[in-house]
Amino acid sequence: MPGTVAEDLEIIDAGRGGGTGTPAGGDDDGGSSGPLRPVPRRAYFTALQLGLAAIVMFFMALASSYIVRRGLGLDWQRTPLPPVLWFNTVVLLASSVTIIVARRKLEGGEREAFRSWWWVTTGLGLLFLAGQIIAWRELAASGMLLATNPSSSFFYVLTAAHGLHLAGGIFSLFYVTLRNWKRSRISQSTAAELTSIYWHFMDGLWIFLFVLLTLGR
Amino acid sequence: MVTHENGGGHGHHQAPTGFIRKYVFSIDHKVIGIQYLCLALFSVFVGMALSALMRLHLGWPNAHWSIFKGGLMTPEQYLALMTMHGTIMVFMVLTTAPQSGFGNYFLPIQIGAADMAFPVLNMLSFWTTMVSLLVMIAAFFVAGGAPIGGWTSYPPLSALGEMAGPGQGAGETLWIIGLAIFCGASLMGALNFITTLIDLRAKGMTLGRLPLTCWTWFVTAILGLLAFGVLLAACILLLLDRVAGTSFFIPGGLVITDQVITWHKGGSPLLWQHLFWFFGHPEVYIAILPGMGVASHLLSTFSRKPVFGYRAMVGAICGIGFLGFCVWGHHMFISGMSPYSAFAFSILTMTIGVPSAIKTFNWLGTLWGGKITFNCAMLFALGFVSLFVSGGLSGLFLAQPALDLYLHDGYFVVAHFHLIMGVAAIFGMFAGLYFWFPKMFGRFLNEGIGKLHFWLTFIGVYAIFMPMHFLGLAGHPRRYFDTTAVEFLQKLQPVHVFISIAAFITIGAQLIFLFNFFYSLYAGKECKEENPWHATTLEWSIPTPPPFDNFAGVEPVVYHGPYEFSVPGAADDYIPQHLAPNLVKKA
Amino acid sequence: MLRRRSEVGSTTVALSLAVFLVLMTVVTVYIFMAKVWWFPPAITEFGHEIDDQFGRTLLITGIVFVLAQFGLAYAVFKFRDQGQKATYFEGNNTMEIVWTLATVVLFVGLGLYARNAWAQVHFQGAAEGALPIEITAQQFVWNFRYAGPDGKFGREKPELVSASTGNPVGLDSTDPASKDDIVAPVIAVPVNREIELIIRSQDVTHSFYVRELRLKQDAVPGMEIHMHFNAAVPGNYEIACAELCGLGHYRMHSMLQVMAQEDFDKWVKDQEAANQ
Repeated sequence: MPGTVAEDLEIIDAGRGGGTGTPAGGDDDGGSSGPLRPVPRRAYFTALQLGLAAIVMFFMALASSYIVRRGLGLDWQRTPLPPVLWFNTVVLLASSVTIIVARRKLEGGEREAFRSWWWVTTGLGLLFLAGQIIAWRELAASGMLLATNPSSSFFYVLTAAHGLHLAGGIFSLFYVTLRNWKRSRISQSTAAELTSIYWHFMDGLWIFLFVLLTLGR
Repeated sequence: MVTHENGGGHGHHQAPTGFIRKYVFSIDHKVIGIQYLCLALFSVFVGMALSALMRLHLGWPNAHWSIFKGGLMTPEQYLALMTMHGTIMVFMVLTTAPQSGFGNYFLPIQIGAADMAFPVLNMLSFWTTMVSLLVMIAAFFVAGGAPIGGWTSYPPLSALGEMAGPGQGAGETLWIIGLAIFCGASLMGALNFITTLIDLRAKGMTLGRLPLTCWTWFVTAILGLLAFGVLLAACILLLLDRVAGTSFFIPGGLVITDQVITWHKGGSPLLWQHLFWFFGHPEVYIAILPGMGVASHLLSTFSRKPVFGYRAMVGAICGIGFLGFCVWGHHMFISGMSPYSAFAFSILTMTIGVPSAIKTFNWLGTLWGGKITFNCAMLFALGFVSLFVSGGLSGLFLAQPALDLYLHDGYFVVAHFHLIMGVAAIFGMFAGLYFWFPKMFGRFLNEGIGKLHFWLTFIGVYAIFMPMHFLGLAGHPRRYFDTTAVEFLQKLQPVHVFISIAAFITIGAQLIFLFNFFYSLYAGKECKEENPWHATTLEWSIPTPPPFDNFAGVEPVVYHGPYEFSVPGAADDYIPQHLAPNLVKKA
Repeated sequence: MLRRRSEVGSTTVALSLAVFLVLMTVVTVYIFMAKVWWFPPAITEFGHEIDDQFGRTLLITGIVFVLAQFGLAYAVFKFRDQGQKATYFEGNNTMEIVWTLATVVLFVGLGLYARNAWAQVHFQGAAEGALPIEITAQQFVWNFRYAGPDGKFGREKPELVSASTGNPVGLDSTDPASKDDIVAPVIAVPVNREIELIIRSQDVTHSFYVRELRLKQDAVPGMEIHMHFNAAVPGNYEIACAELCGLGHYRMHSMLQVMAQEDFDKWVKDQEAANQ
């Protein structure tokens, strides 16, 4: 409601944002008014978190379908989980450790050590994927194909979906080491940090899926 | 030189010069916004042409047309038109134009950013959408034609392939693939929108100073981010059922034309419905929320008053977004779902009427005591409010499972969702287009032709969709090729004739719009001013049309809320958001 | 001079818009009140409950509809640009709270009120001694099966389904219980008798829908869904499919015949004779 002129002019000065002369910032890491700033570093982290949220929804949809479909399960047959999955799990967990070590080395300025540990991580990632393919072959050899049973259908779908996402992580691992970062807006260490968050997430996702498949098969 | 290699940094130092980089594979959010709008414009005319054919048939099912030998269309052709009309309208028009089109163009400008956070990703998401559209349209041209399963594509009809009906073969496969691609495109877009809004706001652009358009684009993007992943998962499972012989959605023991299907067993058709509607209900709000934002924005601007209850409006937008994820079951009251959960879904759905009512009251509150100018943009915004009320209230019937026992899957539903998520959302787009056209293209849309367009459309859509409620009350099921096989439907044929005539007039009015669009683009009244509407938000602080990096390299600072109209003590009846307090002229 | 013209223009447009909104509202309300196109009379008890609930919902939404459209019409006309200055206010918290609470009470209350009719259809099972009838939907036919004198449905096998040779539901003749089963293309029921429907589908999803029963239920393949009703008025009522099931969806039609008990007994005899 309109009040006195003085009061209203105060509204004009302050806007909605607060009482001081300098407006509260939409951004908090920039300087004062000046040239347009580049995309701030944290935008990459925001985007990554949002991407992970979307991935969570995707896997939740598959996982809840799994649980629902199993609940209907007059035709549900037990799918034997190939033992190689245990080995793969250990490999993936190890890769999460090596990526942590790699990042420590990068922060400590030991570039050579970083590169070695990073390659080790990449290698372990590839090993995991190879292991998953072996698991598929074993399962297929035992007669459990994609369409054999809902249990095996879900096994293939979930592992394939995870494998594809993990392959994206491996691409990103290669990208961090092979790209020329001098001409980039973000530093190599930022890229390495983003990749490692994604990598840990893929690791955690695999543990979740492995537990789900073990309990649900 | 375009700074492609910098992985999404701003390329604001230099604008691209080559045609391809500038207009085709552009990373400028404004060009991408226009590309999205063009895609939607193309799609909306395709979708409308399909509905014209359907209405021609529904109005005069027994007529013999000399140009169409053996009748206008077969039942399967009718269902194919219906399926593709729904799909194209929902995904390629209602999802792309208000959000990806206008949002892309104006979200960065309204928050004071030079571009989206990830311009290359932005370009990718447009071209992925384009691929998805092409794949879907291709369904018309394969053997068997386009799918006949409706835009909801319920299995087993959609999962059994050609044996379930023509169009359920290659056409349906293409449809599912197209939809899956669309999910990917929308996820990229949503991620970009949210990041941009969170991290690229100019100094002073607090959340409380965001224009309501930005709030709706923001919440819509969140809905998209959380919903499209689920649809993607559902599409993958459906595709596997079709091509790999799995049984996610197909139960055992099915028999079609005496042939037993032995290779599927145990699947659940309801599982698809749950997954689809978990996406599908938020999708409804993805279509309508940006329209609400534009309506709020324009009602305030053209009644020269602040938005009534800004905080309540923001709360309502967020409330609608949140509740949108809790109500999918109301599409499944008679599907065989547990009646107890149906009842729970029903109560949750009724509560979604509350934020919707808040918005309506606040729109009226915004107009109250104002000084209303009636240009085309405002007329469409006012039309939006009227249609939102008319379309929204029928939702209160459909939210009750007991009433749904009669109304479900009938014309009452068709009337409801066309008014609210179809027509109201399109009115939001028209409002936005008449409002922003001068900023985008440097010329005004012709007001005289525009008014004709408005009146024909506004009267037309009521004449089309109000009578559909009565068809629903009389018990007319939807997706019926004609009324010949059911006796009680035959009495309703005159209503179909009336609706068809109204539809043709309304469609004719859209041709007037199309003429206005192209006429004004090249010969409309020029707009050289920065701020022809005396509006407050940042897009009106920059030259018309906007330069490549929007703010000519200088970051704007925001000092005021988005709707400071008619502030007592100020000389002008509007205070732009970027105007420093000491520059505000006092009365 | 220019100013004047724009004000006159604004009055014309405002008036047209207001008049259209009022007209549209009045015509819509009239058609609803005059029941120009309306439900057929209900023949079940819960059908009447549903009609009552529809009436309550129509009353509430009707009032909101009229108030909102008239309010909009009034606002656009009253506050059209006549050269006045707009009043500055940013909202009113008391009013926000009042209408939020009012709509919560109104809408949620309405939802809770609807529980009764829904409960009668779904929360309660069929009454004791109900006559079971199995409905099997297929593209694009309805099949109705009665258990016959033994009260037992015989076994069905998908591989025996053969619509062309007169066994549309795949009845297994080796099962003694199936000997006296009756399969008919229409459904006949005795008046005032509780009927239990067992709804199934052979191929895709269909929906069993009879307007006068106020009943609609999807027939989902892989599921057996139980419904029940008690029809109070003899007559012939149309059954239409209400879930898209393929190209013949629009002609998937049958009849519900509600008849006196003695007529029903005769009908059953005729069917048995035809089935021999």
